[in-house]
Formats: sequence, C-alpha cells, structure tokens
Amino acid sequence: MTTSSPEGVSLGMPQLPPPDYPADVRARLEADAREVVARYPDSRSALLPLLHLVQSEEGHVTRTGMQFCADVLDLTTAEVTAVATFYTMYRRKPSGDYQVGVCTNTLCAVMGGDAIFETLQEHLGVGNGGTTEDGKVTLEHIECNAACDFAPVVMVNWEFFDNQTPASAKRLVDDLRAGTQVEPTRGAPLCTFKETARILAGFPDERAGAVEASGGAGPASLIGLRLAKGEALPARVVHPRAGGPEGSQPHDPSPSEHLSSHDAPQQTSASDPAHPAGPSAEEGE
Amino acid sequence: MTLAAEIDNETSPEKLLAPVLSAFWDDEKSWTLDTYRRHDGYEGLRKALAMAPDDLIAYVKDSGLRGRGGAGFPTGMKWQFIPQGDGKPHYLVVNADESEPGTCKDIPLLFANPHSLIEGIAIACHAIRSEHAFIYLRGEVVPVLRRLHEAVREAYAAGFLGKAEHRQKHGLGSGLDLELTVHAGAGAYICGEETALLDSLEGRRGQPRLRPPFPAVAGLYACPTVVNNVESIASVPAILNRGKDWFKSMGSEKSPGFTLYSLSGHVTSPGQYEAPLGITLRQLLDMSGGMRAGHRLKFWTPGGSSTPMFTDEHLDVPLDYEGVGAAGSMLGTKALQCFDETTCVVRAVTRWTEFYAHESCGKCTPCREGTYWLVQLLRDIEAGKGVMSDLDKLNDIADNINGKSFCALGDGAASPIFSSLKYFRTEYEQHITGRGCPFDPAKSTLWADRGGRTDTHTEVNA
Repeated sequence: MTTSSPEGVSLGMPQLPPPDYPADVRARLEADAREVVARYPDSRSALLPLLHLVQSEEGHVTRTGMQFCADVLDLTTAEVTAVATFYTMYRRKPSGDYQVGVCTNTLCAVMGGDAIFETLQEHLGVGNGGTTEDGKVTLEHIECNAACDFAPVVMVNWEFFDNQTPASAKRLVDDLRAGTQVEPTRGAPLCTFKETARILAGFPDERAGAVEASGGAGPASLIGLRLAKGEALPARVVHPRAGGPEGSQPHDPSPSEHLSSHDAPQQTSASDPAHPAGPSAEEGE
Repeated sequence: MTLAAEIDNETSPEKLLAPVLSAFWDDEKSWTLDTYRRHDGYEGLRKALAMAPDDLIAYVKDSGLRGRGGAGFPTGMKWQFIPQGDGKPHYLVVNADESEPGTCKDIPLLFANPHSLIEGIAIACHAIRSEHAFIYLRGEVVPVLRRLHEAVREAYAAGFLGKAEHRQKHGLGSGLDLELTVHAGAGAYICGEETALLDSLEGRRGQPRLRPPFPAVAGLYACPTVVNNVESIASVPAILNRGKDWFKSMGSEKSPGFTLYSLSGHVTSPGQYEAPLGITLRQLLDMSGGMRAGHRLKFWTPGGSSTPMFTDEHLDVPLDYEGVGAAGSMLGTKALQCFDETTCVVRAVTRWTEFYAHESCGKCTPCREGTYWLVQLLRDIEAGKGVMSDLDKLNDIADNINGKSFCALGDGAASPIFSSLKYFRTEYEQHITGRGCPFDPAKSTLWADRGGRTDTHTEVNA
C-alpha cells in the first residue's frame, strides 16, 4: 500500500473543509452566479461557467471555489470535483498571469511547434505546466486549436498568435515578462488569465475596442475569397513579431522525448484515507 | 476562344470557388449586424417565418443540405425527427466545439461572420418549435467568444431573439420566445461528440451516452434536441434566401451545395476555400500555388485526423461525401492537412495517437486501453526500439478499438493507424530495421527553406 506523499506520511485524518471566501467576495460571486444560473433551464448547466468564474477569482480552481460551486448549485463537492478534473482548462494549482500554450498536435508540431515548445522550455527554464519564478508565464503544450491554416500557432490566454517561429515566440514571452502590452494576431490586447476566465464564464469583455481588436478575418481565412474575386495571390502576411529563423534550434528529438508524456496525471482530489483508491499491492507482489 | 483559354476558364478560381458564407469576410467590420444586413442578412429568416414549420423542415430536407460536422447526416431529416406536440420543450444545440485535428473552419467563420449562425439558429428554432437554443463553443477561442457575445447582444436588440412580443414588435416573431445562450466549454475534444456535448452542457463530465435514445427523442434534459454543426446551421439562411434550387445547382445530387475547405500544412497558401462540394485537392492546389516550392505531396487527410489518410494517388478524388467514401476515407470536416516528403508518417501518426489517448474520456475499455497501448508501441517504433511483429500488433489493437466503443473517438484513433500501415508500411519497417527515424524534423518546419533563399522568396514564403 502506498501511503507516503510529498507532504509526508498520511495519518489517516480526513481533509478539513476548505476556508470560505471572505464575506464581500462571496457576496459578489453569488450575485455573478445568480446571473449565470439564470441563463439555463437547469441550474447544474451553470457548473462549467461557474468553474470559470471561480478561476477568475483566484487564478485556478481551489477547494474553496469548488465548495462555492457546490453550495450554489446544491451539488456535492465530489460531483463538482469530478467535473473540474475532467476539463483541461481548469487549472489545479497557482499559475502565471499569462498562459502560453504551444500547439504540438501533428500539423503544428511538424510545421515547427515542437521546435517552438522546446525553445521556450529552454528559454524560460520551465517544463510543461511550469510557471516562471516571477509568476508571469505558465508554459504548456496544447492540442489543436482550430487554426491550422495559421500554423505554427501559439495561444496566450486563449488569444491567437499565428505563424510563430522560435524567435518570435521568445520575443513574445520576453515582452509578457517585461510587462510590455502585447497584441495577438487575432484577438484583443491581452488581459490577465483571471480576466480571461471571467469572459469564459459568460461575462462580455467590457474594454472599449476589445470586440473590434485585430480587425476582421485573418489573412489565411481570406485567401479563397481573394482568389474567387480574381485577385492575385496576396503575399503571405507575416505578423510583425514573426521573425526569421534566428535563434531557432534545429529540433533534434531524443528517443525518449514524447510531448504527451509530459502530461503526467495531475493529483486527483483527496480521497478518504481509510479507503485509498490505489492498488492494494505492488505489481508482482 | 482557343481551347487553351477554355481550359483556363474551366479551372480558374472564379469558376471553381463559390464564396457564400465567406463572401464578405473582407469587409471592414464583417462581424457586425450592419455589415451582415448590407449583404441580405436575416432575409432568409423573414422568408422562413412566413412558412409553416413543417414546410420549412421539408424545404431544408429537399435542399439536400448535409451536416458539415463530419458525419454528413441530412440536416432536414435531423429536424424532422423531433416529435411535435409532445408537450416537452425542444432544444437546438449548436456544436461549436471545433477540435478535430486539422479542422479550422467554424472558428474563422464565427470570428468573421457570427450572424450567419444566429440567423440559422432563429430559422431552425422556428422549424423545430424551440424556444431555447445553445451555442456550445470550445473555451480555447476567446476572440470568437467575444464576437459571439456581441452578435447575440445585437440580435436581441434587433428583435431576432428575445420574448415573443419583443420579436413580434420587430416583425420577426414566430409567436414563440427565443432565448440563445452562449456556453463556453472548458477543454475536452470529446465534447465535440454530440451526446458528450449534451452531458457537458448539463454540467457533467463530457462522456458519450449510449444510443438509443437519440438526442432527437431524449437529448438535453431528456427533451427532444437537435445538435447541429456551426457550418450546417450557418448554411441554412442562404438556402432560404436564394432558394433550394440555387443550392442544388452546386455540388452533386447526393452532396449538393457549397462548403468550406480548409487547406493547411506544407502548401503555398494555407487558408479557407469555399467551393461547391466535389472540388478536388488537385484543383485547390493548382489555383493556390501548390505545395511549398521544391516539395511534393506525401500524405493528406480529407477531413481531419480521424479520416483515413490519402496520398498523391488521391489528388483527383472529388471531395464530396460519396467521392471520398468511395476512395476509402470520409469527407469529415474537409480539413485538408497536407504533408510533404520531409514529414515522417510515423511521427505524425504517433502524435495523433497521443492526442486520442489524451482525449479518450475513459468510459469504454477498448478506447481507453487501446489508445494507451497504441501510444506505447508507436513511441517504441519511432525511437527505433520496435520489432516487426509490432506492426501487426498495431493493426490488431486498432481493430479491437474500431467500432467497439460508444462513440467514434476510438474509430478516429484507428483510422490513421490502418491507413498509414496501408500506404506507408515500408516506412514503419525502416524505423525498425534502421533502429530509428530516418527523417530530420527541422526540414519540415515553416522556416526550413528560408535560409539562403530569403532574398528570392521572402514575399511569398515569409
């Protein structure tokens, strides 16, 4: 039986209930939650947006946040935890203001996503899911984000940075860490991860110009239309950030390198120590 | 006219392409209600509201519109399955969870022209007598979410959505209320599967349901529900406004109409190409500059990673439901991911398989366990640690996943295995006999050919 954990040996004490939000925070979130619940014929449908909402409060989904969702929707914390652990957009630990996701699904990976991800890991000194010491950037590799005609794609707080190179991606994270205002190829000037989570909870971005920012369809989206109108093929427009290959490292994968292997299972919710879910005997015993 | 000129004309992009949904994406502020109305926006809805719901369903069925989300099920027929007069609420749920690797049509469509979807929703809700529709948008696309929030706000203000009296006041009522909720997902490929999407929308883990009952009978909250892809619904207003005969004048008898083809990968001009169904990859490449300079096509997917891959032998396959099916694959989402000869097919398939293993929801054993073991075998082969019997084992495991789970995710995982072994078995064998991968991934990158040739090619290839 495995009873040791990084925190030490479990003494069999059940986990204490999480601390509640301060009264003013709770009142504010409850008002927001009522608005979210009102959008649905059945209150439980509000669970995904409410998890985005509590994430907008603390930057990740905490036990306090899950307790709040359970209270509002009259669910058990087990029901809420089951949902929160299923979806990858809910963070399970404190993370940076800017979530930098490099697409490493096949097409982007082949087009250079692997090289970009490797460059950023070296440049930032963090692995998949790691956060820089200044708390600014959390790096992760992501799956296909429906922008393959703009490959390789990097997402920051779920705004599009199209046609990236290792050099442009390095400049991007440097700017983020330096606090320089960064504008995506498609999307609005970046706000923090918490502010993004609030939009995901269904509260429209109130910033002036946010909806219009970056203009209409991106250049790749317009190629067919231009051809149909008899226009000559436009030169491929490159985002000002996208530079040449300088600083890029040719990708030389070691045999043990497999991106998805970085997706080690995250810690699941605490179980009742009296009834551990782990294997009762080591393999081969 | 000389013969040459005639041929030119037949293969010109103006002839071969047919922008409808994308027709005004290049307008300034193409996403606003004003722009949409300048291009006949919401005229289809006016015509639809003048029809009885059953007539409207019959009209869409007669148009031959088929689902654009992958399976190609006739849209009108889906609507017809909704029981009427059953006293239960009916729901329309739009699947905007576009996550299939390679697929990138709904997201640019919603970014540039969200009102085409909202108009389609209003029409579909009139047909199936629904008073509440949902757009389930994948969460990872905040720029699109912003524009949907704004478009829905505009549509409420203009009376296309809202309470029956409010709509009536604007002359747009069917006598029913119409609420539209934009719902952002939270990152799970499986939620693109319609029953997993419904579970997710009900606030649960996104796991597929056993069918029957089908969503048309017991969908959202166990009520009759239509689940349609974004592009399917967004295509309906043009059919109403310009007529089903106009629609049927494009494409083939069984695959009528226009659709968005998404070209990506090692091509000169990746992007969206809206054309009548049945165009070929050769035609699309010919008009758009072909593969990137100095390289040739090696393999491609007709409709995302879950559709069996094709090779350069299939350049002339008509890209419609029947044509692609007859050639041994599926039209899917028309995500034409093109890879050139620098790409290692084992690397590509391994990465897709890692994706399926990561995204398997875990409900069905063949998919959950099978994708895991496929990844182990493929990683070994790619790293030069495989043995020849692994190839048959791959095939065997894929066969044990295919068709043996609740939903099609497992089938999708088996597709690249089967098809790559069929066309590129020797390349797998090279990895085994050569004890490693013979390809240099650096040569496949977007910037691989830039060095030294920057001067001559900057403008095109930059």
